[in-house]
Amino acid sequence: MIKSLKASGNKLAMIKNQLKVLAGEPFQTELPTFVEKLKPLGQFPLKPNKLEIFQINLGYMCNQVCKHCHVDAGPDRNEIMTKQHLERCIEILRVNKIPTVDLTGGAPEMNPLFRWFVEELTKIGVEEIIVRSNLTIIRANKKYYDLPEFFKKHNVHVVSSLPYYQAGKTDAQRGDGVFAKSIKALQELNAVGYGIEGSNLKLDLVYNPNGAYLPSDQAELEAEFKKNLKKDFDIYFHNLFAITNIPISRFLDYLVASDNYEEYMEKLVMAFNPAAVEGVMCKNTISVDWDGYMYDCDFNQMLDMKVADKSTQHIDDFDLEKLEVRTISINQHCYGCTAGAGSSCQGTVA
Amino acid sequence: MEKSYYNPKDLKKFGDIAEFEPKLAEKFFDYYGEVFKEGALTAREKSLIALAVAHTEQCPYCIDAYTEDALTRGVSEAQMMEAVHVGAAIKSGATLVHGVQMMNKVKKQSM
Ligand code: SF4
Ligand code: SF4
Repeated sequence: MIKSLKASGNKLAMIKNQLKVLAGEPFQTELPTFVEKLKPLGQFPLKPNKLEIFQINLGYMCNQVCKHCHVDAGPDRNEIMTKQHLERCIEILRVNKIPTVDLTGGAPEMNPLFRWFVEELTKIGVEEIIVRSNLTIIRANKKYYDLPEFFKKHNVHVVSSLPYYQAGKTDAQRGDGVFAKSIKALQELNAVGYGIEGSNLKLDLVYNPNGAYLPSDQAELEAEFKKNLKKDFDIYFHNLFAITNIPISRFLDYLVASDNYEEYMEKLVMAFNPAAVEGVMCKNTISVDWDGYMYDCDFNQMLDMKVADKSTQHIDDFDLEKLEVRTISINQHCYGCTAGAGSSCQGTVA
Repeated sequence: MEKSYYNPKDLKKFGDIAEFEPKLAEKFFDYYGEVFKEGALTAREKSLIALAVAHTEQCPYCIDAYTEDALTRGVSEAQMMEAVHVGAAIKSGATLVHGVQMMNKVKKQSM
């Protein structure tokens, strides 16, 4: 099994080295920085709208080691959110009535407090609970076999990655055997009612390109996925979110190692779509790391770019008013959110 | 002058052909854009036709552009290669069917 950048001692495991790459060519001479691109649009400094999504990273531990993972997650990562922080999150959600909670990781289900936490979220009446499930976790160990029933009981919205509707590309990106296990997990989710037309048990899939290229039309990809998954495996799902790979962490390592970095950045810049800026995730999201620190988005979390207002960087100092007027921290990786039809955790935005 | 006939960077300069003759270039690019829009054929089907023709024309720029286009559309490797085979079959078929012309002439002029 491949290791995380951190466990393998890769120099990009050090965040400052990732930032160095993003600050270097082609942005020294040929291409405009993201700040330079936003200025003429009157979008700099980038400001958020109302906070609607509280995204909580329950830990970097994962049963998979996907090649493109922007979290650098894996079985060798042991950063995990404690009960104290989870309780604080519940308090924040209860008081501030933020409608959506988005649970992510690693594999969020691997946090031993995962089920307890979802139950508590249900009790305080959070409108929508999203779980970013990698699917294979449902088949990884007996103790997870009943997850589909658990999700159903709490009406959890399941969002799962499936980079392709065939084994080859999926396994190349996510590891040998991942496709077969993912198919089994999807069938089990379907069996309890997830993803079926008209069902309010929502099951959405996330597609991301299997290399140094951008995704094209989301609706066209969704139609292909639906047709093929139904034909080959009798699988159903609701929406497909086509997301762009963001040039950080393991995907950045891949780009640099395969000599695709400069060309990929050029593609992102060329595909810059001003209309996508209004829909970027950081406009309505706060991302919380396992240690309780807050970021404009999951990607900034991985680059250790905490929210700019120092007086409200940790959940213990959560201040909604201040967060809603903060300045969003940006860098060249942000081009990944504004290319083409845009890209967010909910797929395209423009 | 370049040291080789083809430079990958030239693909991005395709639009520059307007520099020497803007009116015809504009008509061409309008037409090109219109052709590839979703119509009776899907944009995906058109992209695969373009990939096959790019190979029969052996145009490195078009192969580059339409391989990337197929990748972004989630076209599988097998589908891409089948499209190339369709192009190759038509190319070789077109060559071979002219063999009949050769045979006709041979037969007419032989005792
Ligand atoms: S399943 Fe998700 S979190 Fe886990 S390694 Fe893959 S991309 Fe990363
Ligand atoms: S990477 Fe984060 S901060 Fe940058 S545009 Fe995307 S969501 Fe916003």
